Amino acid sequence: MLAATIDAPTRTRPVLEVENLKAYYQMNYFGVSREVRAVDDVTLTINRNEIYGIAGESSSGKSTLIKTIAGAITPPLRVVSGSVKFDFGGSQLDVYARPKAMKAARWRHLSYIMQGSMNVLNPVRKVRHAFDDFAFRHMGLSPAQFRSRVEGHLKRLGLDPRVLESYPHQLSGGMRQRLTIALATVCEPEFIIADEPTTALDVLVQQDVLALIKDVQQRLGSSVVFVTHDMTVHAAIADRIGIVYAGRLVEEGPTDDAFARPQHPYTAHLISSLPRLGDVSRRKALPGKPPNLSDPPSGCRFHPRCPLAIDRCKVENPPLVSRATGRVACWRAGEVEVA
Amino acid sequence: MFKILRDLLRYNVEFLIGFVLTAGIFLFALAHFFAPYPDTAIYLLPPDMPPSPEYWLGTTSRGQDVLWQMSSAIWNTMTFGLTVTVLSRLLAVTVGMVSGYLGGKWDEALMTVNDTLIALPNIPILLLVYFVMRDQMNWPVLALTAALLGWNHDARLIRSVVLSLRHREFTRHAVFAGMSVPQILIRQHLPYVMPVVFFTAMNNLIWAIGLEVTLSVLGFSDINRPTIGGMIYWANQHQAIIAGIWWWIAFPIIAIVILFLGLFLLAISVNEYIDPRSRLSRMGG
Amino acid sequence: MDGFAKYLVRRFFQFILVVFLGVSLTFLITNLSPVDPVEQTVSLMTNFGATDPRSVELMREALAELYGLQGSFLDQYLSFWGRVVRGDFGPSLSSFPTPVMSLIMGALPWTIGLLTLAVVITWILGNLLGALAGYFRSNLMLKLAGATVMALHPVPAYILGLVLLLIFGYAWPVLPISGGAQMNLQPSLTFDYIRSLILHGTLPAMTLVLAGIGGWFISMRSLVSNIVTDDHVVYAELGGVSSSKIFSQYVARNALLPQVTGLALSLGSVFGGAVITEFLFNYPGMGRLLVQGIYRGDYSLVLGVTTMSIIAVAIAVFVIDLIYPLIDPRVRLG
Repeated sequence: MLAATIDAPTRTRPVLEVENLKAYYQMNYFGVSREVRAVDDVTLTINRNEIYGIAGESSSGKSTLIKTIAGAITPPLRVVSGSVKFDFGGSQLDVYARPKAMKAARWRHLSYIMQGSMNVLNPVRKVRHAFDDFAFRHMGLSPAQFRSRVEGHLKRLGLDPRVLESYPHQLSGGMRQRLTIALATVCEPEFIIADEPTTALDVLVQQDVLALIKDVQQRLGSSVVFVTHDMTVHAAIADRIGIVYAGRLVEEGPTDDAFARPQHPYTAHLISSLPRLGDVSRRKALPGKPPNLSDPPSGCRFHPRCPLAIDRCKVENPPLVSRATGRVACWRAGEVEVA
Repeated sequence: MFKILRDLLRYNVEFLIGFVLTAGIFLFALAHFFAPYPDTAIYLLPPDMPPSPEYWLGTTSRGQDVLWQMSSAIWNTMTFGLTVTVLSRLLAVTVGMVSGYLGGKWDEALMTVNDTLIALPNIPILLLVYFVMRDQMNWPVLALTAALLGWNHDARLIRSVVLSLRHREFTRHAVFAGMSVPQILIRQHLPYVMPVVFFTAMNNLIWAIGLEVTLSVLGFSDINRPTIGGMIYWANQHQAIIAGIWWWIAFPIIAIVILFLGLFLLAISVNEYIDPRSRLSRMGG
Repeated sequence: MDGFAKYLVRRFFQFILVVFLGVSLTFLITNLSPVDPVEQTVSLMTNFGATDPRSVELMREALAELYGLQGSFLDQYLSFWGRVVRGDFGPSLSSFPTPVMSLIMGALPWTIGLLTLAVVITWILGNLLGALAGYFRSNLMLKLAGATVMALHPVPAYILGLVLLLIFGYAWPVLPISGGAQMNLQPSLTFDYIRSLILHGTLPAMTLVLAGIGGWFISMRSLVSNIVTDDHVVYAELGGVSSSKIFSQYVARNALLPQVTGLALSLGSVFGGAVITEFLFNYPGMGRLLVQGIYRGDYSLVLGVTTMSIIAVAIAVFVIDLIYPLIDPRVRLG
């Protein structure tokens, strides 16, 4: 097992360090230029052997944040400033300083379970080819050894190795999602990005898939960044959670603390909108929509929708400051009550 | 509409070039209203004169001025093309929208007929029509026949647009509000279909003009009515290439190629402007 | 019934329908036209002298029988089908007494050969260039090649052919511009004959390729630039799969599927281009036969060539429909 080869000191260093990352969409279309600040000054670290949840409404910039971390950006999205550094078993990898090294590390150290995983397998080729294309070159095995390694991996994950000879359209959505999890973990990478992996699945299959991800993560000791808008999923799986609003990280902390004592009013809103057993009162909807990122509000970007907003919130952007267990960016942090 | 035109002219080089070429040819064709000679008259001028200050583009072996012949020819060819385009758009929009909106068995039946017509070779059928009509053949009949053969690809395209509109919220609202099917199609869906109609119209115009050139070159149309293909037909009849009367054939070809390029550039730039996917890729989603 | 069987049945039904509608349409056009083909032929014949009223009357009857224009509308329709099924369109008037069918059989291999070659070259070249241009969007050479084929795309085959003829026939006479092979050579498997076949076929084939390539280029390029944003391609890029593999196995292979369907749909209009090209280069195929038949007022020949062209195109479309499942597992395996 790969995790065993990593010596003790490097184990304690974080696997990912993101510093002051800014990534904007810069467009010029028929004479109109626009700049969308989809990732705006994000700093975060992710430790070994943890599941880090990224939460936020759709179009909050959380998907762009993930793409930027994975080094998978294409114009018009550009990294304006900041850095993304991985540490895989002692070797530092700066994503935007050395893109070549990044390409070599893909799937070996960093793999991906994608949003809409239903369509991530090539529809005209057998599933087997996906494993050959993604993983074979990293393993240093003969084709026969590789084949038996893949089959063994599938069996451990509770999948019938015969699916390798199927085409994607012959498999159910849940089966395909489990296959992509197998595909993402076959090289035993240190870092796995899971972008809305359960969104398109029905609830029962969702449970299975979550359990599978958690199980593989614990076995490999990998770190998982888990992105979803679904707070119940975060509650079930994440060790720590980061809340993204309008391209900014507004709160971060251990999942239990964040759910029990949210510091940011937006976090409180996300949590209070969850249904709870035995609670029949109506949920209060938050007025307004997430802001247009090409023309965000001044000061704290949440202030137009915030029930606690004061004048200061409209002019001054609150910095992300450390609290007892996490970090929060709010002038009135701590005054929040969960409805 | 006016603003779109201005934006396209300002920011899209292809559109600008296409617009200039097409407009230039169109103005040239308009000039035939001021022609000094009737366009069907022959042996009015000294034949086979090379381009000169008196006859800018020379004269034909039939004693016609190439310049003024071309002006009328382009006008007639464009009239034919536009007639075919308008008629076939009506068919394509009707069949495409009805098929897409009704769906189910109707859709299946209409599209089966549609695909059947696509698989029929157009030119032999047009030639057959000409063959059995012979002297009764005139350009409106030919245009009608061409229109009847030239709508099916675009009907499929329009159908797919309407198919995607059918399940949208506003369609359901309209149904609940008691609007009739024709009302929904015309008031609610037509605005979404129009860009597609506009784009396919340019391609259809190119196709129809190409068809006219092909048929007239063979002499399978009213050969006394000047058209671009007709000019080449007469030039071939008089062995213009062998006789060295190159201006009789070269200038019509240059004119028609300019017109085709102009229309084609307009078509692709308009397509890029209205196609939501290529626009999205520029906007970055 | 599984999906594959359903697909085959549907395609076969479509094939039958195309033949049925095409043949019926041919019959209807000839039957509903205001011009009586018998009178037309009679007036053509009497131009050459025979004006004795009795012999003209006899000629009328003979022609009506020959053209199958006796009896009610339904009788005529059924007898037309009988002719199509038997493959017997009677003798050709312009090459009397050679049967129309043997003229067609003599011309068909030329058209099939020319079209197959031209269509295959056009399709492969257009799609390859289009796919490369769609995937490597910033490559200058590809942009240049793209601009060239796109500029040729709207120009009709006749104009392209005429320009090629002027260049390679008159300005720089290196290629034969007329006929299918050298006249004094017997058809055989000798080097000389095959060389002559290829040389004579070059300009007609080049015309068809230049006229057709732009269409494939444009559609393939736009297909590819849409597919590169598909999940499975983005995923392969995230997986560090090599770009040559992504291009061939993930992008091009998926983009080819609609292009095969498109090939089937395009055959009807490709045939139209062949008619004019054959006429221009005096190539001894179906197109030239059709145009000659019209010039000479040969009713049986025109009817025969039109009907057989429709059937030939329908068969070609059906063959492509049968090939399609081989490349798309979703159709093959339901």
